[in-house]
Amino acid sequence: MAIDRQAGGTVYERFQSSTEFQELRRRFRRFAFPMTAAFLAWYLLYVVLSGWARGFMGTKIVGEINVALVFGLLQFVSTFLIAWLYSRHAERSLDPIADGLRTAVESDGEVEKP
Amino acid sequence: MSHETLAVSLFLLFVAGTLLITVWASRHTKDATDFYAGGRSFTGVQNGMAIGGDYMSAASFLGIAGLIALYGYDGFLYSIGFLVAWLVALLLVAELLRNSGRFTMADVLAFRMSPRPVRTAAGVSTIAVSIFYLLAQMVGAGALVALLFGFTSEFAKAATIALVGALMIVYVVFGGMKGTTWVQIVKAVLLMGGATLVTVLVLGKFGFNLSTLLRDAADQSGKGGAFLEPGLRYATEAQGLAGKLDLISLGLALVLGTAGLPHILIRFYTVPTARDARKSVLWGIGIIGSFYLLTLVLGFGAAALVGTKEIAAANPAGNTAAPQLAERVGELVFGEAGGTILLAIIAAVAFATILAVVAGLTLASSSSFAHDLYAHVFKKGKATERDEVRVARIAALVIGAVAIVLGIFAQRLNVAFLVALAFAVAASGNLPAILYSLFWKRFNTAGAVSAIYGGLGAALFLVIFSPVVSGSEKALFTGADFSWFPLENPGIVSIPFGFLCGWLGTMLSKESNPAKYAEIEVRSLTGAGAEKATHH
Repeated sequence: MAIDRQAGGTVYERFQSSTEFQELRRRFRRFAFPMTAAFLAWYLLYVVLSGWARGFMGTKIVGEINVALVFGLLQFVSTFLIAWLYSRHAERSLDPIADGLRTAVESDGEVEKP
Repeated sequence: MSHETLAVSLFLLFVAGTLLITVWASRHTKDATDFYAGGRSFTGVQNGMAIGGDYMSAASFLGIAGLIALYGYDGFLYSIGFLVAWLVALLLVAELLRNSGRFTMADVLAFRMSPRPVRTAAGVSTIAVSIFYLLAQMVGAGALVALLFGFTSEFAKAATIALVGALMIVYVVFGGMKGTTWVQIVKAVLLMGGATLVTVLVLGKFGFNLSTLLRDAADQSGKGGAFLEPGLRYATEAQGLAGKLDLISLGLALVLGTAGLPHILIRFYTVPTARDARKSVLWGIGIIGSFYLLTLVLGFGAAALVGTKEIAAANPAGNTAAPQLAERVGELVFGEAGGTILLAIIAAVAFATILAVVAGLTLASSSSFAHDLYAHVFKKGKATERDEVRVARIAALVIGAVAIVLGIFAQRLNVAFLVALAFAVAASGNLPAILYSLFWKRFNTAGAVSAIYGGLGAALFLVIFSPVVSGSEKALFTGADFSWFPLENPGIVSIPFGFLCGWLGTMLSKESNPAKYAEIEVRSLTGAGAEKATHH
């Protein structure tokens, strides 16, 4: 873990500008932000269709099972799926970098111990 | 034996069990970390179950099953918002909060800002949200006892509210977070067990064919195919555009409110690491999602087997649909005794549900009072831990007592809107403050204070002038009409307003502290310097 000791600012600022941390933040945000936008949009689409597209939502697919019910159940499926994708992403791409950085920060002599 | 005797016996068994847990927990509660955060020693799975126990309130269990039984599909809309909301908590809040905070929501905000104004705002908002939620649950308990046990006198309702309040005070004062968490875990197991049992019996009656169940539900509802489509409860044709906007407004509050509910946020502090916080949310999502799928069957099952008319006759809001269904399906499958037993089980589970949720709310509000307002605002951070915990216990007693009194006075009022209001306030005030704190470098004290007071104020202001408070048959005050805001849910206005206030407050203040932001950013993403679990 290399941080530039000559650079100005606090220890945390130096860690913040390290390439490892920048990479960790990029990986975190690149997953979390677009995914949040996506599931919110997907959820709002469902709510808007429930309000404005009654005919479409009432279309029967099999037996009494209609689009509204399937759409609602798909919200469950997408929620479970995104939760699983996030946990996989975090374990593979975030945790290893975060662990390395945490050890480095905590063993840095200049960081006050909590 | 009548179902009343059996239900009361089962409920007393639950109370005895949880009191034993409380005695155990009180012996293992030694310092502030134990009291506020259960020593941070719960596993991800345990906390995931406790999250389920904390979140699946009577409003979810009885309320949603009732909504589906009376209005069909629209009840399902509610549960979807409640579930999807957990992704906000998972992706943006849980782990970062665990890494950068200690005991309350305000810890994260106060990290890089002037502590006193920010903690005051966060404390006020925490207590307001918790009291709204608490009041809805207490009044619900009073109504439930009347419906389940036939105690219709005002005295019996008041006594029930007092009993529920007294138990929640005991759990929190003596058991702290450890006791409360175990009560929630036990409740989650009982609730899932009870709901699964009834669901399997219901599906069995329909040969495990969902389509047949839906057809019978639609037939019995008297509304035909419309019962299986959106539009009978929310955004009805008669309501026009206001109804449709109200639906979106409610949806926004549900999906964005969860990650701003203080009693949910403090659950993330009860585990040793951020990774365990992640795991607990994953388990929470699994449990809560499964539960809402069960309520879908319970609601349509109640419509099909009990009938919408009979349910509405027992309670206009449909709150007894689940217990009525349990009795009916028990009778159909096992005969009369089976109905009695199943009704008793579900009635006892409903009370356990209420108790676990109100305990979580009391803990969240008393923690915030002691840790934020007392220790950091009144004592300017100079209170000892011992002192803080003592104040937290007194606060739990006082808040509990206030909730009992308000609950008794409010029992004849229609306070069902309070749950949606708690979500709206959490989404409008707390969520912007938390998200800006974690992700926006420029954010500052003025921004945090503006976001919380702006969001809280806007939500309250709009609700006061909405049809849920006056000017409609179902309003809080039926005799008056001072409403001008057309929507029942303020979220569509108050949530953007809260975010806007946070932005504007920040930009109007010169305060900026990049060094502190570097610290919270590094700490929240890496877990460096995060509070450790305690071992005794």
